[in-house]
Amino acid sequence: MNPFINFELQSTFNMEQNSDYQKDIESIRHMMEKSVKFLSLSGLSGILAGVYALIGAGFAYYIVYLPQTPFDYANQSVKEVTIIIRLLAIALAVLVASIITGYVLASRKANKMGVKVWNTTSKRLVINLLVPLLAGGIFLIFLALYGYFALVAPAFLIFYGLALIQASPNLYDEIRYLGYLEIILGIICAALPGFGLIFWSIGFGVLHIIYGALMFKKYDR
Amino acid sequence: MKNPFENLDKVMEHRVRLQIISVLVANDSYDFNALKELLDITDGNLATHLKALEREKYISISKSFVDRKPNTRYKVTERGRTAFKKHIDALEELIKQQRK
Repeated sequence: MNPFINFELQSTFNMEQNSDYQKDIESIRHMMEKSVKFLSLSGLSGILAGVYALIGAGFAYYIVYLPQTPFDYANQSVKEVTIIIRLLAIALAVLVASIITGYVLASRKANKMGVKVWNTTSKRLVINLLVPLLAGGIFLIFLALYGYFALVAPAFLIFYGLALIQASPNLYDEIRYLGYLEIILGIICAALPGFGLIFWSIGFGVLHIIYGALMFKKYDR
Repeated sequence: MKNPFENLDKVMEHRVRLQIISVLVANDSYDFNALKELLDITDGNLATHLKALEREKYISISKSFVDRKPNTRYKVTERGRTAFKKHIDALEELIKQQRK
């Protein structure tokens, strides 16, 4: 064969091949991300979880602080059993409402993306979240039992932050920074006992709303 | 300079196989049904490609029962991981060379 023709053949062959290689690389990236990350989580659920937390904090303020402002040191410390039970009920209601909202919105988004919500990735994500949260939750019960109420809010912020950092590889990478913020907030909160409700509202209310909005803007449209 | 074509892995030149290895490199292990759902291909198609990768000893298989249903999990072997890395390097090299 004429070597010149051979060269020409090979170069058109190469050009077609090249876009193929690029597609290969793209499909690798896509598969790796899709198999690891649970991208169905909607930013909207973050915003709503923040709103629920703020409403919950409002009720808690009504129960614990009134007529003081939450910016005053809480000298009516939370020791009465009825108050504790009511606070617990509020926290549980906020948690359950947030989980249901998150699940409903994630199923809708997953439907739109044509994937299942309950898959290998989301199962892994739930386990990664649950381990630090359960450990933290049990630890909090002991804190409360021994009367260290001032440490309940900071400890939960810290455990929640750790859970987010743990879960971030299976979620959006930015969640890691939300985790760091929650931990920093928890540590400041530990240093300023009596202002737990304020830090709780910032950590679970304000930060969730800001982060949810950022994620919604970046990933949901 | 060495020809990067030679570094391309013959087994991974098929995109489905490349995708399977990508998933297994990014995760500890993955089971058959999850892979099927992720890649959106038929049982037979997936099984054929998994066989090809197994033959090369790029992946390892463990079978067990979950709720009495057979569950087959796949892992990438060290050999598979090395081959994958070499294949991507070759792809990158080829793209780079042809951009010049």
